[in-house]
Amino acid sequence: MLICRSYGVNSLEKSTLWVLILLLGVVAYHFGSTRARSLIKTNGPKLNSLPGFYGYYLALWAILPASLVMLFWFLGESHVITSGALAVLPAEMTQGDVNQLSLLVNAIRNIAAGSGYEQADPTMRAAVDRYLQLGRQSNLLLTVLSLCASLAGVLYAQRQIAPEFRARNQVEKVLTYGLIGCALLAILTTVGIVLSVLIESVRFFQMVPITEFLFGLKWSPQIAMRSDQVGSSGAFGVIPLLVGTCLISMIAMIVAVPIGLLSAIYLSEYAGPRFRSIAKPLLEILAGIPTVVYGFFAALVVAPFIRDLGTSIGLDVSSESALAAGLVMGIMIIPFVCSLSDDFINAVPQSLRDGAYALGATPSETIRQVIMPAALPGVVGGILLAVSRAIGETMIVVMAAGLSANLTFNPLSAVTTVTTQIVTLLVGDQEFDSPKTLAAFALGLVLFLLTLALNILALRIVRKYREQYE
Amino acid sequence: MAGLGKRRRAELRFRAYGLVSIMAALVFLVLLFTSIVSKGYSAFLYTNVALDITFDPQLIDPEGSRSAEALASGDYDALWKSSIYKLFPEVTERQKKRALAGFVGSSAGQRLRAMVKGDLSLIGSTQRVWLPVDDTIDMLAKGNLGDTAELSDKNKDSLAWLTELQNQNRIRKAINKEFFMNGDSREPEAAGIWGAVMGSAFTLMVTIGLSLPIGIAAAIYLEEFATRNRWTDLIEVNINNLAAVPSIVFGLLGLAVFINLFGLPRSSPLVGGLVLTLMTLPVIIIAGRSALKSVPPSVREAALGIGASPVQMVFHHVLPLAMPGMLTGAIIGTARALGESAPLLMIGMVAFIVDVPTGLTSPATVLPVQIYLWADSPERAFVERTSAAIMVLLVFLIVMNGLAVYLRKRYERRW
Repeated sequence: MLICRSYGVNSLEKSTLWVLILLLGVVAYHFGSTRARSLIKTNGPKLNSLPGFYGYYLALWAILPASLVMLFWFLGESHVITSGALAVLPAEMTQGDVNQLSLLVNAIRNIAAGSGYEQADPTMRAAVDRYLQLGRQSNLLLTVLSLCASLAGVLYAQRQIAPEFRARNQVEKVLTYGLIGCALLAILTTVGIVLSVLIESVRFFQMVPITEFLFGLKWSPQIAMRSDQVGSSGAFGVIPLLVGTCLISMIAMIVAVPIGLLSAIYLSEYAGPRFRSIAKPLLEILAGIPTVVYGFFAALVVAPFIRDLGTSIGLDVSSESALAAGLVMGIMIIPFVCSLSDDFINAVPQSLRDGAYALGATPSETIRQVIMPAALPGVVGGILLAVSRAIGETMIVVMAAGLSANLTFNPLSAVTTVTTQIVTLLVGDQEFDSPKTLAAFALGLVLFLLTLALNILALRIVRKYREQYE
Repeated sequence: MAGLGKRRRAELRFRAYGLVSIMAALVFLVLLFTSIVSKGYSAFLYTNVALDITFDPQLIDPEGSRSAEALASGDYDALWKSSIYKLFPEVTERQKKRALAGFVGSSAGQRLRAMVKGDLSLIGSTQRVWLPVDDTIDMLAKGNLGDTAELSDKNKDSLAWLTELQNQNRIRKAINKEFFMNGDSREPEAAGIWGAVMGSAFTLMVTIGLSLPIGIAAAIYLEEFATRNRWTDLIEVNINNLAAVPSIVFGLLGLAVFINLFGLPRSSPLVGGLVLTLMTLPVIIIAGRSALKSVPPSVREAALGIGASPVQMVFHHVLPLAMPGMLTGAIIGTARALGESAPLLMIGMVAFIVDVPTGLTSPATVLPVQIYLWADSPERAFVERTSAAIMVLLVFLIVMNGLAVYLRKRYERRW
């Protein structure tokens, strides 16, 4: 994959150009609003819009065309410059495959950035000279073009300034489009995630058959790296990772669900306002602690403690046991379960409680037999959201769970998870033509689909439940 | 129904379950904080040893030219080595001598050189200089290596020297300035958090600069202008889902799109900030929408009634009223971004970087990733530094969340 970098030699000049264009916009604003005010003097107060809107209109015409030019430049510039520089080199140097070519391009850029120009051979020097020269020319051209676009825009717009010109409507239309664009970014992000993960996954499945990935019982990407027969080594089976993820998430939920749910019940049904106002923020501190801190706690305090405890009663506990990671992950999720259940329990109408009390039920009977059944769908939705969070949690398992992909349900042994493997595969050197790197994206796809399914299901349950009592 | 006594007992039991659960969660919280503070507080102090250094002109600058190059090439290590050998004349064995030299931290020579450079008149004089000890000795002085009986022979020797020096009043603990002012280092005694703090600052600058305006704009559109149709429904479902996508997936997106497709520099705060922006946006949009929703419709109707256009109504009247709520959401989102590390591992911010970053495109790491890196280091001295870095991170987070709570309390309005 050819990696294009447009940064380095000429990034500074571009930012100055940006500032210049923004300044032009400010000038255009003043020009426009003064023109509009002078119109008031000659025509009387009969302008369609406030003078400021004429100013904004001009400023938009000063900035937007120039930004378009710069965007266009940003997308195409580095490609044009590198191919121009490569054209100088003799043909036999540029005949290689994509990887060699990208190495060559990187070498040129490094020299251009100022390292080792003296030592380079003449052909390389010629290419670097050409690279730098093209960069300078491109910058000059960009400056001239964008300033021209800006000025032309202002010239065009200022001719429209007239008492009956609807400047406000125009400006507001542009503004609304801007707002829509920002909202669409959410869809763009999702599309970006799906595409980036999917494309690399498809490349991965061309090397390793998808059935082997989904149903394989063995995961050891490192061994596959060394042998050439990657596809047939059978080391990319995702099942052990899924089992490990499930095991740790299950332990986490066993910790988090009872504690979180009972805390929520106590806080909303029993606790007085004073206790509530102290305990609730304290519980929320647990939610605000970064996961890397939990990971450190799990690896340094909980895991050795569990191992020593196990050894003292004669059990063989791994120092990276699933139990430690799951336990700490459970602590992390407690406030999440608690605040969601709290919301749903509070949403149950007071009339149900009053009805139960009127029949002579004790508070605990009311909670167990009236409130919980009524709140159950919401609570289940909340728990599903918590599960999806546990599955996607990364730092705790990276720091406290192991790397060995054991296919086991024993909480005392070391297991590995999907997220841990993504991190281990992608930290360090990445080669985008080896199945080892691409496997991370396939795992990312699995993770994304898994959590997406859980989220959609949970959100649907929650939404349905909310409507029920609203 | 069972008897009244039985029911009452069941009631009490159920109530106790709830209380016990809350207490359990709080005990975990206390345990977490105490274990980190008890491990980390000692990193803010560092053990120094006082040595009587004779600034021998023969070793520093034999030719006597006093030029910058001559001073830079002097044998400063010999200065403190001879000084510490003088303190323990009984140590003659080669191996033990080497251990004794290892008593003082490896940056001692550099410090002496800096001293001489700052004041040339030192040459030829004898001064008592406080120098940082080696990190293992520091651990010994702080009692972090466990029982005396379990120490290795080498450490037992060091402990004997340490006690001897303590009796001579040559050992003191001073504030560990290096920890706050240095970048990362392989040597625990020289490793600091300043590089990571600056990296976090640059990354958050990008995140706030992008996610705040974009998030507010998106919230305004969805809440005030969008008509309910299939498209806006799709956007809404999308935002709710994005808020629950695992953060590591955003890292994959950053790697594939920002680095491989757009060719932005790896390990840079720019890419880190962009990834965190995408991650924070849903939080800010959701908080912004609920803040806008809480502004009563009468405000909108009044504005429209006196002739404001819908855009003017939103920007002049609704937005100022909703701003505190929006900012609260934004601060909470940013605090989450500050503590996030998983997606940044994907885009190379996990590299070992010694230099303090100077801009948005220079390679950098952030505070949580620095914690992750140190937690992985085998040296004993990094444990207390990790805990201390966690304490610094938590202070930042507490300040930010406190600000959010203050904003909410100060400006919250019930209509």
